[in-house]
Amino acid sequence: MKSFSIRQSPWLFGFIGAAVIFVATIIVSHGAGAGATFHAAVAFSVFSVLVAISQMLVITSGPGNIDLSVPTVLTLCAYLSMGVMQGSNAWLPVGLIVAMGVGLLAGAFNYAAILLLRLPPIIATLASSFIFQSLAMNAGGESTIKPPSLLSGFTSLSIGPVSVLALLVVVLTIALAIGLERSLFGRRLLATGQSEPAARFAGIKVRQVRLISYAGAGLFAGLAGFLLAGFTGGAALNMGDTYLMESIAVVVLGGTSVAGGQANAIGIWGSALFFNLVTIMLNAFGTPVGLRYLLTGAIIILIVTAATRPIARA
Amino acid sequence: MSDVMRAKSASVASGKGSMAARTQRRINPDHLQLALPCVALLVMLIVIFTIKPAAFSYFGFGLLFNLAVPLILASMAQMLIICLGDIDLSVGNFVGFVTCVVAVFLQDKPLIAVALLAAGIAAYAGVGVLIQLRGLPSIIVTLGMSFVWLGLALLILPSPGGNAPDWLTGAMSLQPPWIPLPLLIAVVVAALGQWLLKRSAYGVVLLGAGANPRAAARAGWSLLRARIVMYGAAGVLAVVSGLTLSGLTTSGDPNIAPTYTLLGVGAVILGGGSFTGGLVSPVGTVVGAMTLSLAGSLLSFLNVPPVWQVGAQGVILFLVLAGRVFIGQGKR
Repeated sequence: MKSFSIRQSPWLFGFIGAAVIFVATIIVSHGAGAGATFHAAVAFSVFSVLVAISQMLVITSGPGNIDLSVPTVLTLCAYLSMGVMQGSNAWLPVGLIVAMGVGLLAGAFNYAAILLLRLPPIIATLASSFIFQSLAMNAGGESTIKPPSLLSGFTSLSIGPVSVLALLVVVLTIALAIGLERSLFGRRLLATGQSEPAARFAGIKVRQVRLISYAGAGLFAGLAGFLLAGFTGGAALNMGDTYLMESIAVVVLGGTSVAGGQANAIGIWGSALFFNLVTIMLNAFGTPVGLRYLLTGAIIILIVTAATRPIARA
Repeated sequence: MSDVMRAKSASVASGKGSMAARTQRRINPDHLQLALPCVALLVMLIVIFTIKPAAFSYFGFGLLFNLAVPLILASMAQMLIICLGDIDLSVGNFVGFVTCVVAVFLQDKPLIAVALLAAGIAAYAGVGVLIQLRGLPSIIVTLGMSFVWLGLALLILPSPGGNAPDWLTGAMSLQPPWIPLPLLIAVVVAALGQWLLKRSAYGVVLLGAGANPRAAARAGWSLLRARIVMYGAAGVLAVVSGLTLSGLTTSGDPNIAPTYTLLGVGAVILGGGSFTGGLVSPVGTVVGAMTLSLAGSLLSFLNVPPVWQVGAQGVILFLVLAGRVFIGQGKR
């Protein structure tokens, strides 16, 4: 067992990094636009966080578990829910149920494929992501259906400087963090992720736990798609693309172990804010897109190198 | 050791398993693994040739498998990394970076091009060193590197274009006697890979370092050296993949090959490889890559609507991999 401080430290990098970037932006811009920068970073972080939560549930369930279908599930759910609602406010609850329900089914399908075909999760979710992508294309690839006015209004609603949606997702994240630590399912998920045989001996139904974590991941991806479509004015085929790699990076830099069995929900906010602040700052400086990618990659490697204690490989 | 384990897992797995286990005692399980992608490839070819008999020719084979060549090489690079129990999420973007270097520099400033490509290979080996010495998860380090390569490629060539040198495009349109070039390359790559990894003395050490790093280290083999060799060799293969790709497309494009990363993983697993380390098949990987790249052509021959083609590729991947369950070889 690692000591408390080592376990705690990595995820702080995100928050510290975000704070440093934010202060730097204030200094460079002499305080002007700091509010707007923060507001934009929070607005975009909401979606990074939801997608990352989805990825975290899967990664935590054990070594080798990763969900490559998150972006396509997001896109599929966005299309289907927008299609059902047809811009009507009255159908909003139905759209939400469709988005989360389809996401849930997609996640369950992923785990069924992993279990029944005995596939490595990375391959099963890759193959199913192809199928989800085709389904999304057929659910109205070219035409963009506008989201209901209530939904787009809600996603950009803010009380004073605080975005309501962000506040809700923060509450959700905290609830999830407590749930992972305290709830029966949370403990079972962590136990399963740490050691499958040990969890089995402890009487945990490992398959059931994994099924719930994959289905839950799909549900959060669907929710993210629903809200993102509302925020950006409709679904688009490439709306999920950037989230494939980003979801993994945000989760791991947020302090969740890729080896599974150790989750950190709060840390996700730190690394999501950090990534989005870096992007916004580099955009503001007119940095070429190539340099932006280069720096993003370098930062990922630097943080993971700094945050991991050098261990001799087994 | 693996034979016993496989037989056990097969017999535990299902009712049909015991029969499969009995069959395995007679047939080498490695060969059974290999049969799967071969049968898939053969079925696809038969379907294509039934629909279009004209494709059954020297030129037909050449056209069908032209674009398989860079994917084969990228899959072999991925295979070396998976052999160590790692995964490389950066190979697709690295291939894109190579096509940009080739298209911008190789014709006019060959020295700069060679230096950049050599630096790329060195960086690959460096990633191996970093992962080994700091005990980092390869998935995250290579994820970071994928952004680095995409960024560098965009800095060199912001939008697709440039020109691959004539000798390179010429080399890719060579017409050797009897066997079309793509097939010839596939056979050579498979044979070389099989020989170097499975037959040479150090190749077996590398397999061991992937299967049981602790045992390999105890036996006095340097894991650091193993990672440098494997990551460096993967870099070389990815450079050759980029060279052949820009020879085929005659230009460079930063975003040309991101799909190679995951298709390569698919090819390795399809070819009988496993993420547990040390269990990979060079011949299987080559056949797996050819199967995956042929799947696209098959679907257009079958007149599958474009919006369903991606999904149908997913279904094909599932179907072929489902075959592993029936031969009792399903592995994590």
